[in-house]
This record gives sequence, C-alpha cells and structure tokens, in this order.
Amino acid sequence: MKKIEAIIRQEKLDAVRTALEASGYFGMTVGEVSGRGRQGGLTLQWRVGEYKVDLLPKIKVEIVVLDEDVARILNVITIAARTGEMGDGKLFVLPVENAVRVRTGEEGDNAI
Amino acid sequence: MPTDAGNTAWILISTALVMLMTPGLALFYGGMVRRKNILSTMMMSFALLGLIGLLWVLYGYSLSFGPDRGGIIGGLDWIGLRHIGQEPSLTYATTVPHLAFMMFQAMFAIITVALVSGAIVERMKFSAFIVFSILWFTIVYCPVAHWVWGSGGWLAKLGALDFAGGTVVHINAGISALALSILLGPRKGFHEKEPMEPNNISLVVLGAGLLWFGWFGFNAGSALTSGGLASSALVATNTSAAAAAIVWMILSWIYRRPTILGTATGAVVGLVAITPAAGFVPPLAGIPIGIIAGVVCYYAMLFRAKKMGIDDSLDVWACHGVGGIWGALATGIFASVAINPSGANGLISGNAMQLAKQLLGVAVVCGFAFVVTWVLGKIVDVTIGLRVNATEETVGLDISQHGERAYGGMLR
Repeated sequence: MKKIEAIIRQEKLDAVRTALEASGYFGMTVGEVSGRGRQGGLTLQWRVGEYKVDLLPKIKVEIVVLDEDVARILNVITIAARTGEMGDGKLFVLPVENAVRVRTGEEGDNAI
Repeated sequence: MPTDAGNTAWILISTALVMLMTPGLALFYGGMVRRKNILSTMMMSFALLGLIGLLWVLYGYSLSFGPDRGGIIGGLDWIGLRHIGQEPSLTYATTVPHLAFMMFQAMFAIITVALVSGAIVERMKFSAFIVFSILWFTIVYCPVAHWVWGSGGWLAKLGALDFAGGTVVHINAGISALALSILLGPRKGFHEKEPMEPNNISLVVLGAGLLWFGWFGFNAGSALTSGGLASSALVATNTSAAAAAIVWMILSWIYRRPTILGTATGAVVGLVAITPAAGFVPPLAGIPIGIIAGVVCYYAMLFRAKKMGIDDSLDVWACHGVGGIWGALATGIFASVAINPSGANGLISGNAMQLAKQLLGVAVVCGFAFVVTWVLGKIVDVTIGLRVNATEETVGLDISQHGERAYGGMLR
C-alpha cells in the first residue's frame, strides 16, 4: 500500500476526482491547504494599492492505493491536474504500514 | 415653545439611527483586521455604547451643551441631567423635548470616540483604550462640541458652520487618530510589509451599509426638525455618498479591478465630507463634494501608506480627517442662505469670508486635537502602557485581551 498526497490547483479538484473514480478509486480525503512553490505569490487589492500573499490556496487530495496501482494513478492525476503553467502542484508517494476499515475491522489491502 | 410631535418623532428615530452606526462601525472596522483581532476591534466600538453612554448623561452633556463658560466649555449646571426634562430646551431644538436632543447628541459622542479606534487596532491594550477614551471624551470631545455647537461656543459665535459634525466628529477623530497611531507605533510586521489580510470583507460591506443607513439620522436628524431642511440634508447626504462610492470604484478599477472594499470606503468618505455641509448647501452640491472627497481621500490614503509610513491601520486620518477637512471647506464654498437661512452664504454665493471662517475652525480643531491627544496618550503610556506585549500581539488581541475567539471550533 502506498499513500499518494496530491497538492493540486483548486479548480482541478473536479477533474482529478472524476479521473480517480474512473480508475477505480472512489474514496479520498480532501483538504484546503496553503502553500508556496515556484508559482510565487498572489496579489490582492486593498482599499488603495495592493498587497502580496505568498501562501496560495491549494487542494490536497490524499488517497491510499495498492502497490501495483501507484504508477497508473500517478499518471491519472498528473494528466487530470495539469495545465502546463507553474502552480500545477506536486505529488508525493509515501509507504503505508497498514489500513483498517472501521466498520468491519478488515485490514491491509482489503481495507482500501 | 411647545413640543412638536413630528419633530420629536424624527429626533427619536434619528437617535436610534445614529446609535446603529456604532455597531455598524464595529463591523466596518472588524472585517478589515486580521482574524485574530476582529473581536477586539469590534469591542473598541461596542464597549463605548456603554462607557460613553454613561459618561454622557452623567457629565458629558453638561460639559458640551451646558450654560456657557467663556465660550470654552459648558458649565456643570446640567450634570446628571439636572434641568433636562420633557420640555424643550430654550436654546437647542426648541420644539423637541430636551431629553430627546440630549440623547441624540449622545450618539455623536459615542461614535466619535469609536472612530478613533480604527487607527490603533491590533496592538493597543484594551485597558489603556478605555482609560484613553474617558480622558479623550472629557478633554477633547466635550470642549470641541461646545466650541462648535454649544450656545455661546466661540467657534459658533465666530460663524464657523458645522451642520452635523464635520469638525466636531470627523476632523476631531481623524486628527486624534493620527496622533495616537504615531505615539503607539506600527503593528508588528508593518514595515516588513507583511500582508495584513482583512478577515471578512462581507462584514465591512454590511458595516458600510449600516453606516450609510444611520447617516440619514446623523445628517438629516441634525436639522432638528422633520421638514424641508431635513429632506434637503438627506438628499445631499445620499448624493454625496453615491458620488464618492462610484469615484472610488472607478479609481480601484483603473488600478486593476473594481473592489467592493474600495467602493464601501468611497461611500463612507462621501458621507464624511457631506456631514458639515448637508443642511447648508443645495442638495446637488453633494455631487462635487462627493466626487472630490473620493479623489482626495483615495490619494491621502495612498500617501499615508507609501510616504508617511504611519500605521494608521484603518485610515481614520485619510477618511475622517482629510474627508472632514474637505467637507468643512466645501461648506464654506457651497453654503447658501437660500437653503438654510440660519446658515450663511459661501464662496459661490459671493462670501469668501465664510471660507476663511471654515479654515480657521479646521486649523484650530486640528491643532487642539493633535496636541491634546498626544499628551493624553503619553500620560496613559507612562502610567499603564498603551501597547500589548509582543507575544500578545502575535497571538492576537481577541484571545490575549478578551479570552475569546471569533471563529472557534472545528467542523461546525
């Protein structure tokens, strides 16, 4: 089992969700996060003039996938989330020790 | 004179309208600060409904409007509302119960002190703010109100016009705010250009709406009658707010996008500028007064932020000080006795002297407000300290000063 943490653009959540569902992964955890990378800051207007915010709003999607699906799912997310501009985000893959489905107590691959 | 039912009804309603401006101001200011300071910012307005509401009936009204002492201050004859009853006063609002006029004026005193708070939010200790408010109300607000509006007040006798508080409320608050914010110093991160993100611009818009709504009582109520003059002042008021709102919208659009924060700010500076003029100028003078207010305050705000380097955090000086000064001068330009026989003619009606009188009133109140506020602020600073400590400022004043947070809890 591996966990994929996908930091993506807010406006790409729908595309990523749909693509994951089509690839057989329905379950996910989604959060609103702030962060920064090569995209740089966001300029907002004040009553006069402007100010810069260097932490941008992004979406973090967390899913846990079977080992054999990792490459395929990374590809699915990359295609769905990409615009080609700076700020498209980043994917991280982490090892997962175990998983438990709370309702049934099933463990491991059966729980995801 | 006997009490007039229509006039009395209008002054009672206007009192309620002006009262609502203070919670409106709390929303207007509260939405503009960072989320950790929204409650402390709102408290600095709301608490004054209590504090000044009490001081006013105990001694403030007497100092401001009581029998004149040398043109400088009202006597203590009316302390604790002595001689203030259901009959009209012989000098003020002579067709309205004296109690009603007294309470109408209370609301002006409350919001004036609250206006000052915009300059010092996010870093001033609440206890220090309360002590400062008591001192400032007593030693700055009450005398200035007496000079301009009190029977026998020296600026009133001189003929300086201030229909609803351009000088007493806005210049007074705006200049005092500047002095206090210099004394207090900037917020942590101000010089480093840390983003000071408004936590909720929707609240700012709601607050601006309540201010605009209440301002009809502020300005048209200041006619102290419910007839033609109140109507004229009301039209001038709305027209100036409308003009300034549109001007600010256009200026922000030229800069980049038409912001609602800017448009709401524009409406407020339009209301500020028309305040001294509302019942002395033709209703359509609201258009040039509002347009110029929008432009002048916009650039004053830019100048304050870019050149002065002073953290008057919510631009009380640029909005109320500068807007109030323009309004006072505009009164000297556009006033006409055809609108209000108890007023005067201004520059356009051939009386340049009136503009000079207005200028004198502005200069005197600017100087007095700045110097006395500085001294009072200094006294509070060396005794109990004006500022929260660095940790309290970082954590935010909501928690450090009030033990509350505005947006609490998870998931709900």
